[in-house]
Amino acid sequence: MPELIPDSDLLQPPDFIQLLDEDGGRVPNPEFDRWVRDIGATELGALYDDLVVVRRLDVEATALQRQGELGLWPPLLGQEAAQIGSARALRPDDFVFSSYRENAVAYCRGVGLTDLVKMWRGSAQSGWDPASVGMAVPAIIIGAQTLHATGWALGAQFDGVDAVAVTYFGDGATSEGDVNEAMVFAASFQVPVVFFCQNNQWAISEPVGLQARVHIANRAPGFGIPALRVDGNDVLAVMAATRVALDRARSGNGPTFIEAVTYRMGPHTTADDPTRYRDPADLAAWAKRDPILRLRRLLEAEGLFTPEFEAAVAAHADAAAAELRAGCIALPDPHPLSVFDHVYTTPQATLDGQRDGYAEYLASFDSAGSTSSSTSSKGASV
Amino acid sequence: MTILDRSPMSAAPLRHPATSGPVGLTDTTTLTLAKAINAGLRQAMLDDPKVVLLGEDIGTLGGVFRVTADLLREFGPHRVIDTPLAESAIIGTAVGLAYRGYRPVCEIQFDGFIFPAFDQIVSQVAKLHYRSQGSVRMPITIRVPFGGGIGAAEHHSESPEAYFAHTSGLRVIAVSDPQDAYSLLRQAIASDDPVLYFEPKRRYHVKGEVTPRLGSPMQQAVVVTPGSQVTLVTYGALVSVARDAALAAADEGVSIEVIDLRSLSPVDYATVEASVRKTGRLVVTHEAAQSGGIGGEIVASLTERCFDYLEAAPVRVTGFDTPYPPAKLERHYLPDLDRILAGVDRVLGR
Repeated sequence: MPELIPDSDLLQPPDFIQLLDEDGGRVPNPEFDRWVRDIGATELGALYDDLVVVRRLDVEATALQRQGELGLWPPLLGQEAAQIGSARALRPDDFVFSSYRENAVAYCRGVGLTDLVKMWRGSAQSGWDPASVGMAVPAIIIGAQTLHATGWALGAQFDGVDAVAVTYFGDGATSEGDVNEAMVFAASFQVPVVFFCQNNQWAISEPVGLQARVHIANRAPGFGIPALRVDGNDVLAVMAATRVALDRARSGNGPTFIEAVTYRMGPHTTADDPTRYRDPADLAAWAKRDPILRLRRLLEAEGLFTPEFEAAVAAHADAAAAELRAGCIALPDPHPLSVFDHVYTTPQATLDGQRDGYAEYLASFDSAGSTSSSTSSKGASV
Repeated sequence: MTILDRSPMSAAPLRHPATSGPVGLTDTTTLTLAKAINAGLRQAMLDDPKVVLLGEDIGTLGGVFRVTADLLREFGPHRVIDTPLAESAIIGTAVGLAYRGYRPVCEIQFDGFIFPAFDQIVSQVAKLHYRSQGSVRMPITIRVPFGGGIGAAEHHSESPEAYFAHTSGLRVIAVSDPQDAYSLLRQAIASDDPVLYFEPKRRYHVKGEVTPRLGSPMQQAVVVTPGSQVTLVTYGALVSVARDAALAAADEGVSIEVIDLRSLSPVDYATVEASVRKTGRLVVTHEAAQSGGIGGEIVASLTERCFDYLEAAPVRVTGFDTPYPPAKLERHYLPDLDRILAGVDRVLGR
């Protein structure tokens, strides 16, 4: 591994790290280039495939919501490089604590495609078993997960392993007390955690300027946490920065904060209407910095973007989208009595009484000859 | 494995070489309630290396009430963690530790300081097992010194238990004597569900015999004074006041059955119901404010369960629906022996 960047340097107001410009040209940056020196033609192709697939999945999920198959969806459109570049830097034994928009991170962790939408279809409150993929169930409460990551990292430190907790959150979350408390704890105990902030410029309708009067990354040094500010639409720069942070954590040098500067090209969720607060010119400017277009231009310049490659990626994306759609629509409705499941790990008398009462109530419709679907809808009003 | 599967004698003396570190409780010993909790923590830490303590001032100082005295020295800084002053972070990092297989025991220094952690407790600790469909367990114990009667400043005398009893996914315990303090703490720590464990701070220095046993399951209420005419239900610091009330009433020929709930979520309605069916009269007393409190829930539930057995409308004797008052007024706020007896008179129609 390359030499560590001294903390004293990282504690300065950070420079903007970019390895690929908006036209896909390489931006020489010896300090960070060396962290992605192993990313050759094959790896670049794989990253491009990731970016295209997760965008295709995201578009498909938005379509599923518009067609009434999902209750809601939080698009990640525009943030693909920030998520793929960081998530592909992780090891399987690292652990991710994310918000609800990190579906590309979940994809990289190996979460099943249907599991990505289970919660948004209303079939369950989360989609996957955290232990099997090394990623916690997403936190909807803004910033809450940053403390969980810090605690997990404290445990990793106690256990004497070099695994790292990585927590994802947005620019809005940095105003939350939990995120600030997490940075205090992480700094005090010097735990192996990476604070990965996707500054997508918006917290629903509130611009980042309402959250902070300085760069988001500049907050971290005040906690004693080194910070990196990286072009979040540059998959290589994001990967390099994440690798620096992970390496610091693995070698016992404590937390690092990364601000990935990106842009939420879509709405906050499918329930949002960004035309009420966003200048179209802003959107147009960011469209030119598109993370996929940028990598495509690099691949083209290096002669890697062949028609065969393009077709293979498109086919992969279409197949993934088809799998997501089929899996989503095939998700079974949960059994009515499963509303009572998993509240406790062991029987709880009061709840068991409510369950028995409701089971009896439902059964009373069956004995009257009703169908189970009508009983469950009537039951909801009890 | 659940609490119930554990042998009651799993608390049997551990064999430690004479030169080794901490030693658990081996025989029946007279301890203060605070020292009984200390002994329970020590035993839990001896039994399970994944038990870690987090809180403010719990290490070097041993806690502001000295409940964690000596544990830092005995177990080291990886087991007893003095944290920065951020209650949400104490609970939130415990969630992360639980994700990694730890069994954290958090101390919230005073009842009124729990509210900064409210979101992590209610939205995360309580719900993660449900949210994850059973794949993530949160075996977190949150110790909270609660209640008044110590002449303290604001935020140091509150009874916030109803907020947590209202939250599904949590178990809520309030202990009243040194033996239960020891036994129920060990059960709480061993529980794979999160437990709010309320400690009656004005009873910290009351002594009692403590035997190293787990006793009956923590969700069971106990009849602490048998009686036949009135059922008096309470928990925490008021258990001793209720017992005194029963003694005083006995002098006047009134037989009160005092029930120590011990568990506020779930409530052991079977035990309370059996008593009310016998006495026909129910009084509930707690320090917490009346509206939306534990007492109202118990009265409602018992009315549903055994309305026909009630000889009179149930009575609540509680703190008032005010903020906790200044120390010079707290004797007017806190239910005491006389107010409890007045409640007993009311339920008897006297």
